[in-house]
Amino acid sequence: MPTITYIDHDGTERPIEAKNGETVMETAIKNSVPGIDADCGGACACATCHVYVDESFMDKVGQPEEMEQSMLDFAENVQANSRLSCQIQVSDDLDGLRVTTPESQH
Amino acid sequence: MDLSTAKNIVVIGGGQAGAQAVQSLRQFGYEGAITLVGDEAALPYQRPPLSKAYMKGELAEDRLYFKPAAWYEDNKVETLLSQRVKKIDRANRQVLLQHGGHLDYDAVIIATGSRPRPLPVEGADLENVFELRGLSDVEHIQPKMISGQKLVIVGAGYIGLEAAAVARQLGLEVTVLEMEQRALARVTSPVISSFYEALHMEHGVDVRCGARLGSLKGKDGKLTHAVLASGEEIEADMVLAGIGIIPNVELAEDAGLPCKNGIIVDEDARTSDPRIFAAGDCTVRPLAHYARTGRLESVHNAIEQGKLAAAAIMGKPRPALDCPWFWSDQYNIKLQIAGLSQGYDEIVVRGDVEAKKFAAFYKKNGRLIAVDAINSPPEFIASKRLIMSGASVASETLADTSISMKEIAAAAA
Repeated sequence: MPTITYIDHDGTERPIEAKNGETVMETAIKNSVPGIDADCGGACACATCHVYVDESFMDKVGQPEEMEQSMLDFAENVQANSRLSCQIQVSDDLDGLRVTTPESQH
Repeated sequence: MDLSTAKNIVVIGGGQAGAQAVQSLRQFGYEGAITLVGDEAALPYQRPPLSKAYMKGELAEDRLYFKPAAWYEDNKVETLLSQRVKKIDRANRQVLLQHGGHLDYDAVIIATGSRPRPLPVEGADLENVFELRGLSDVEHIQPKMISGQKLVIVGAGYIGLEAAAVARQLGLEVTVLEMEQRALARVTSPVISSFYEALHMEHGVDVRCGARLGSLKGKDGKLTHAVLASGEEIEADMVLAGIGIIPNVELAEDAGLPCKNGIIVDEDARTSDPRIFAAGDCTVRPLAHYARTGRLESVHNAIEQGKLAAAAIMGKPRPALDCPWFWSDQYNIKLQIAGLSQGYDEIVVRGDVEAKKFAAFYKKNGRLIAVDAINSPPEFIASKRLIMSGASVASETLADTSISMKEIAAAAA
């Protein structure tokens, strides 16, 4: 099972074993990672699961689709490596992924 | 009343609001006992996918749950499932359980939700007549969602239309009966109603507006036809009722808490009893930005009131209120709604209806109060902010797609 490390804005690291097929958001919610609310349950409707993806994984994670990009355009503190974690599906390729949660979601 | 030293909190109802309240209580540092009483067999789960991806078979059941079973153990939340509450005894501060026994409380959160309005016609008790609210409903419906089956949906609300979309995609023959003159009449404008009627007809759904169901006809206890008030008979292997919900206020009413089409709560989700809170579909609440009260049937509301109740109990500052929001997925169309359009005096359409990418903005006295955004996330997100800030935006500006929503939001800020 791939491991994903969630990093709080203050630097606290939480490595978590994720399940293939679930999303980075779902993995966070089920493991009570602070800073990811995901109010809409992954419908790409609320932008409360915003994360920064570690630069070294940007290629593997891929580009946001149009819907997600539009949501991100209006999220707070967006960076080039911003993604909505409900739109990133866990796979073996993502083993070792590191994502940081924005301060505004805490 | 300071409840932050409470030792026993009972949450009645294991839906979105109850689950949120429990999570927020722990998040806000509550260390006493929590008992969550739910009348369903399952741990708290998300309902929205039941009429969407889950019904279609595209989402595994374990992905519906908010938290795994271990979370409740780790967080010392006792869950009493398949259990109903008989009574809230305010004098003795006890919640009495249907199967006997009671729970002492320092505070109670009523999150009893709502139930589908039953079909008020003869034959509603026939086999293969369903409603859609819980996981167990989908368990009954899903085996019949087979290509070629004839499905009649009563009520062209969001649940009915979402189910119609799933059924068509699975190859069923679908008829939707709506007694009003248009689909979604109760919740949106004619612009959006026409769009969805056309969308469903394009996908082969027989959408019948102004069609009142007279009765359901069967043979040997099994459904065979939906009979319209006009006398017309429509063959049906299955009927799905989606004619609205009834808030579950009985417990609160019996306990003498004021109710009016919902349990009346204040801005902290507190009822008239300082130890009793209520959250979700079952409440009537102040609607901060609309200078009125109302009952909201939505995920947003369940989450917000769950948080409000937990914060009030723990003496935390009231969490910031969000702009009401909703969504609906039908076929490849995503509808995102911000605000409450009730009482609008002007509609502004932005975008291209034909291209299925547009938004209907609702204004009242020049102020933006709501938007229905079809495949248009920027319009949705920007409007949430514009609505909350009470901004007035010129209608010509809203309609002008050469000005981005980002620019419009920035100019209004």
